[in-house]
Amino acid sequence: MIRIANGQGFWGDSLQAPVEQIRRGPIDYLTLDYLAEVTMSILQKQRARDPQAGYARDFVELIARVLPDLKDRRIRVIANAGGINPVGCRDAVLEAAARQNIRVKVATVTGDDITDRLDQFLKRGIELKNMDTDEPLAAVRAQVERANVYFGAFPVAQALGKGAEIVITGRVADAALTLAPMIHEFGWKETDWDKLSAGVIAGHAIECGAQVTGGNCQVDWETIPNLADIGYPIVEAEPDGTFCVTKHAGTGGRVTVASVKEQLLYEIGDPTQYITPDCVADFTTVQLDQAGADRVRFTGIRGRPATNYYKVSASYTAGYKAIGSLVYTWPNAYKKARAADQILRQRLGLLGLRFDAVRTEFLGANACHGIPAGEPAPEIEPHLPEVVLRVGVRSENRAAVERFTREIAPLVLNGPPGVSGLGLGRPRVEEIVAFWPALIPKSEVRPEVAIWPSES
Amino acid sequence: MAKRKLIDLAHARSGDKGDLVNIGLIALKPENYPVLVREVTADRVKQHFAGVCKGPVERFELPNLGALNFLLHEALDGGGTVALKADPQGKTYSTALLRMEIDVD
Repeated sequence: MIRIANGQGFWGDSLQAPVEQIRRGPIDYLTLDYLAEVTMSILQKQRARDPQAGYARDFVELIARVLPDLKDRRIRVIANAGGINPVGCRDAVLEAAARQNIRVKVATVTGDDITDRLDQFLKRGIELKNMDTDEPLAAVRAQVERANVYFGAFPVAQALGKGAEIVITGRVADAALTLAPMIHEFGWKETDWDKLSAGVIAGHAIECGAQVTGGNCQVDWETIPNLADIGYPIVEAEPDGTFCVTKHAGTGGRVTVASVKEQLLYEIGDPTQYITPDCVADFTTVQLDQAGADRVRFTGIRGRPATNYYKVSASYTAGYKAIGSLVYTWPNAYKKARAADQILRQRLGLLGLRFDAVRTEFLGANACHGIPAGEPAPEIEPHLPEVVLRVGVRSENRAAVERFTREIAPLVLNGPPGVSGLGLGRPRVEEIVAFWPALIPKSEVRPEVAIWPSES
Repeated sequence: MAKRKLIDLAHARSGDKGDLVNIGLIALKPENYPVLVREVTADRVKQHFAGVCKGPVERFELPNLGALNFLLHEALDGGGTVALKADPQGKTYSTALLRMEIDVD
């Protein structure tokens, strides 16, 4: 049995969680997920300003902090912290280790970045059609900032096979971080579809960190103990593809069949075909049992052969947006907020500003649930203590969006009464980076695995 | 037949993929699952999110988990980074679905 822990569900997750995973109990592998789609674009912007940048600096700081513990406890780390510059990330980690006089073997998995090859692909008739809309990438080619392939677990397992104590990847499928140590330790083959699918589902269960150990859990949420010290998830994996999801003893949170079900259903499509680079997993075959306190056992998982494609995510710029907010107070808070929205829209019209979209929401009335929530009941509405007016605009034209940001604050003095600007100042104009999901034949790209210090 | 709100019978989690929202709806007790299968059809969900979900709604069954998975297409004002919504990733569509009233035996 091996223990694979997750200590980071996204970039911006708890800085303390990975430290606790290392120090509060036994684990063999620590996986860390830093890359949301939007993260790649942020890293791209950082690298444009500084060629040394482009990876998750938080990761390097973490390693500097816990490296002695990792060595003492023989814990190996797998992280997609490399972002768009895995080699830069590796060098920073090696430098941090050298400062502490610690020798550590660090591997990189690269080759996922296909930005410079896009024109060549398009020329050869690989259209990289949008998986949702079927449009060819050529439609937005001029706006494309970057494109990456999602690799699977085998190159990561290969890096572990070379003796890496820390594996830094660029883009790989999230679940691959968890599957890779199973492949490495148990010798699973590329055609062990059921076992690979089990590893993928284990990865899916823990890749969002504490969202499986009682975080964001609807069932009896008020009784979930000690969320302040919530334990992050650990997979206890067996060579036959069965596994348990659990957390360190003494930590907060709760691992139950209910908490696990919520996470299994998170961000999936057709449950019978969860497509990954390594296999197609079938979520309708999972059997769950409460195997003990804070311990859920997974059995019965089946899967099918992988497809011949890798998924590609390209990012492209798609105009500008800005969002402004004001809070209106009792009496008739909602009525005032709606009146202010009308006034604002009239002013934008008088200024001759055109937008692709103008969206108004009323926080405190029905913003998040919107139409399914309906309008506040007539007997309640005039008495709402406060309602936040939230208006967003989107346009190709930066100047129009910029002008919009100047029209929010004046409403405090020249619109309906009883209003505060929330202390937020003028809204920020943001460039929109949108995403283009596509497929590419696996034969077109090859993952590259390198280790440092080198094997020779 | 009595009316019940889904929140009394099920829990849920939602997330995004581009302009699509998925909502996993899970029976709180095994005996609730057949009721969910019968009552919470793709059409009912489309109707519940009328004006929010502009595209089709697909439904998948996971009897092993006592759960249904709904895919709401064109439901996020363009999705993640493009959307102007307060909930651009559809995280609260789960509880929005639990507002639905259904007939129970």
